[in-house]
Amino acid sequence: MIRPDKSLLYYPRMPATWWLRKWSYFLFIVREFSSLFIAAYLVLFLVQLYQLGNGAAAYSTFTNSLKSPGWIVFHAVVLVFAVYHSVTWFYTTSIVIPLRIGGKEIPRAAFTAINIAAWIAVSAVVFGLYLLQ
Amino acid sequence: MPTSVTHDILIIGGGGAGLRAAIAAAEHSAKLSIGIVSKVYPMRSHTVSAEGGAAGVMRDNDSLDQHAKDTIFGADFLADQDAVEILVNEAPGELIQIEHWGCPWSRDPDGRISVRSFGGMSVDRTVYAADKTGFHMLHTLFQTSLKYESIHRYDECFVTSILADDGKARGVTFINMYSGQVQLITAKAVIICTGGCGRIFPFTTNASIKSGDGMALAYRSGVPLKDMEFVQYHPTGMPGTGILITEASRGEGGWLVNKDGYRYLQDYGLGPPTDTPVHRKMELGPRDILSRCHMQEFQKGRTFEGPYGHYVHLDLRHIGEAVIDSKLPFVRELSRNYLGIDPVYEPIPVRPVVHYMMGGIHTDADGKTPMDGLFAAGETACVSVNGANRLGSNSLTELLVFGARAGRAAAQYAEQEPAGPSQPLDALAGDEQRRLEQQYFRKEGGKVRISEIRDAMQHAMEEGVGVYRNEEDLLKTCQTLRDLRHRFSDIRIEDKTDIFNTERTTVLELDYMLDLAEAIANSALQRKESRGSHTRTDYPDRDDENFLKHTMVLRTPEGPKIEYAPVTITRWQPEERKY
Amino acid sequence: MPEPTITLNVSRYRPPDERVPTSQVYTIPYRPDWVVLDALNYIKDQVDGSLSFRWSCRMGVCGSCGMMINGEAKLTCSVFLRDYHPREILVEPLENFPVIKDLVIDMSDFLDKLKIVKPWIIRETEKPTSEGEYLQTPEEMDAYMGFSACINCLLCYAACPIFGVETDFIGPAALALGYRYNQDSRDEGSNMRWNVINDHHGTWQCTFVGECSVVCPKDVDPAAAIQRLKVDTAKHWIRSVLLPWGKRA
Repeated sequence: MIRPDKSLLYYPRMPATWWLRKWSYFLFIVREFSSLFIAAYLVLFLVQLYQLGNGAAAYSTFTNSLKSPGWIVFHAVVLVFAVYHSVTWFYTTSIVIPLRIGGKEIPRAAFTAINIAAWIAVSAVVFGLYLLQ
Repeated sequence: MPTSVTHDILIIGGGGAGLRAAIAAAEHSAKLSIGIVSKVYPMRSHTVSAEGGAAGVMRDNDSLDQHAKDTIFGADFLADQDAVEILVNEAPGELIQIEHWGCPWSRDPDGRISVRSFGGMSVDRTVYAADKTGFHMLHTLFQTSLKYESIHRYDECFVTSILADDGKARGVTFINMYSGQVQLITAKAVIICTGGCGRIFPFTTNASIKSGDGMALAYRSGVPLKDMEFVQYHPTGMPGTGILITEASRGEGGWLVNKDGYRYLQDYGLGPPTDTPVHRKMELGPRDILSRCHMQEFQKGRTFEGPYGHYVHLDLRHIGEAVIDSKLPFVRELSRNYLGIDPVYEPIPVRPVVHYMMGGIHTDADGKTPMDGLFAAGETACVSVNGANRLGSNSLTELLVFGARAGRAAAQYAEQEPAGPSQPLDALAGDEQRRLEQQYFRKEGGKVRISEIRDAMQHAMEEGVGVYRNEEDLLKTCQTLRDLRHRFSDIRIEDKTDIFNTERTTVLELDYMLDLAEAIANSALQRKESRGSHTRTDYPDRDDENFLKHTMVLRTPEGPKIEYAPVTITRWQPEERKY
Repeated sequence: MPEPTITLNVSRYRPPDERVPTSQVYTIPYRPDWVVLDALNYIKDQVDGSLSFRWSCRMGVCGSCGMMINGEAKLTCSVFLRDYHPREILVEPLENFPVIKDLVIDMSDFLDKLKIVKPWIIRETEKPTSEGEYLQTPEEMDAYMGFSACINCLLCYAACPIFGVETDFIGPAALALGYRYNQDSRDEGSNMRWNVINDHHGTWQCTFVGECSVVCPKDVDPAAAIQRLKVDTAKHWIRSVLLPWGKRA
């Protein structure tokens, strides 16, 4: 194959702010970023499990410390990112697994909606069990 | 790349015919080294725009003889019948072959390849991939070609001349677009697969690259061009842009109606009109006749008038959204994008536009030209299987069948041909570089814009060599073309840079087109009869006595020289062509 | 009344004398039924013959004329001036590719990537053509047909920030083509494509921005193809680890 002389080509560079140029790029970066918050929550969760192993008193001290405004804000922020991440996850699922009913692929939005509805239902059951407790 | 490389076979053009030829040669022998030089990347070639389908006998209700007869009849008996028999005999095998390579032919529920009806065909025999048949064929051939290590591509290289040594074709010179340098490839055999030259005309379905480069290269090498006066107008192109609306839209049941909503084809002996399509009747008549009917409707004042001239309506509404989406999705996409019209709800404006050159480089059924070592296939060649009018869906078949044949014939030729002395040829690249620089690239003070001459040429061609022709207009066109050739020497090139200079290639394309325009107009002037797509108002009848023969046009310093060659008739005697 | 006009701000790059792109402004007559490509051709024909760009079919199927129009990857034969008028139109070469001249990009690298995914039918045994076609039902066709519509226009590469950062990424169009052949019931060569698809520069480099599918003018949906390839490669890997004696995935 004949190729151009590389020394005569102009190589454009991607600016560091590329993700601000398009809404879709921004949402992508937010989605990637949301993993950090979820990871941070998982670390907290591991600490919580560790404290559970240290006995009821230690665990109670630990859970009480989580009632501080700072931790509540932390949980609220994590919740927002977790919800956003989950929604994108369900959307991606609809792309990865084409669902066919009667030989026809069902619309992705519908599949995503079904997923999200199921997710809300499961969440409601979990929440209900918590209330019954 | 060094100044020169060598291959056993060099193919000019990477479209359907060129790729098919390359694969055929590669399959013939792995020892052969094959080059493809193309001014565009192969997948940009105009085969990509073909929509409707490829014809071949695929079903028990059909026969090879019937396909041959339809083709010969459609050609108004100017086709060589031995060549047509080869076409129809080898068509089914080629269509299966490309299916084995991955071409996604549309299928029946049982998994067999589907067939649809097409103009001038008496049976459903057109194999198709929705209405993107050419696209799928081209990409299948291109992708398949990638697996052969013996095929070497030279993409975006513009061929400027065919090298001859001792009367034999020995390679090409070309401009490397990336450097602007003229380089050389020597070869034992050269196959021209560069397509047609629709861009000589103002309204055409053809892509911008279709400037007939290969036809002009052969013509300049002393090879005759055959039957150049036969220019096919496709009856359903978009006004203005000329974008093609496939004949398959009529094969699936579309109607042509004039401004009164009347299916006017019934007034021209193509009736009676029926709700469902009948082979060879009404909208499934051949293209030459349908284009003439349109022009007569225009003369009767029964066409619509728009910013780009007269048009009629192609009505697909009664076919329904389901059929349109499954079988004509591209028609819907094109209509929506370019006309803002959804054919499910509105008729599509259409008019006849230049579509295809029946004529081309004179070859035999193996693609051999009269010059040793030079072969041609596809639209650029004239075998002739299309005669005076090609039937829709025969051209994709033609490029497969005769592309493969030319590839094999060139391979056999190259195997027998001793490697030539490439040394003396090396100097030719420098000579060609100097010629082009002196003549065009470094010339100072040119005054005439490229587009000025191109527009004048296109206008002259439409005036003189349109659907209807007569002596007076043809003489005027021939004169205009001579004047334009003269003015061409005063052409202006603004871009003096070397890298990817598209202005230079545009000039060279115009140079080629001016040669071909003259060949077409002069061939048309001399054929004093009406046959197929060539309709002379001053000679309205077919004249088998004097003109059942191929026009051969040769390039001479005094202008085109016309000669004639006999037509091969085997089993089908000429009869009146009536549908 | 003065004739309406439209302004195009066009990126120019003319090596070897100019080594960085500049922009040139052309004000030309405005025609609502013109596409951007028509405007570029008007400039080339009537104003400035030195402007270079690729184009051919002008009907959205050859894939030559992709450029950035006001920062969006588009086929210039398919976007109308009326959608921008009276605003200025910014015309630049496709993003993420080296520029050869003006609006012409170097796509030779893409051609290499196309080849390494082996985009052809691979079979253990070939059926002779005399025995007819490989049967394939319309449902079997559905599995790959949408992915076979790629015109290689490279808009997806221009829209992919991953490719912009890491040009060795095989990228949307080439991977989608690999998927197309893997999905074809006639093909038996998916085993020969795994190593490329599973490569560091293969599917796993994609972090699913999804813009490739948004800009695709032929609705090919390369993003879906790549995500499905990830699942397929993962399955293939699990099988090859758990069932080393298994002949085929």
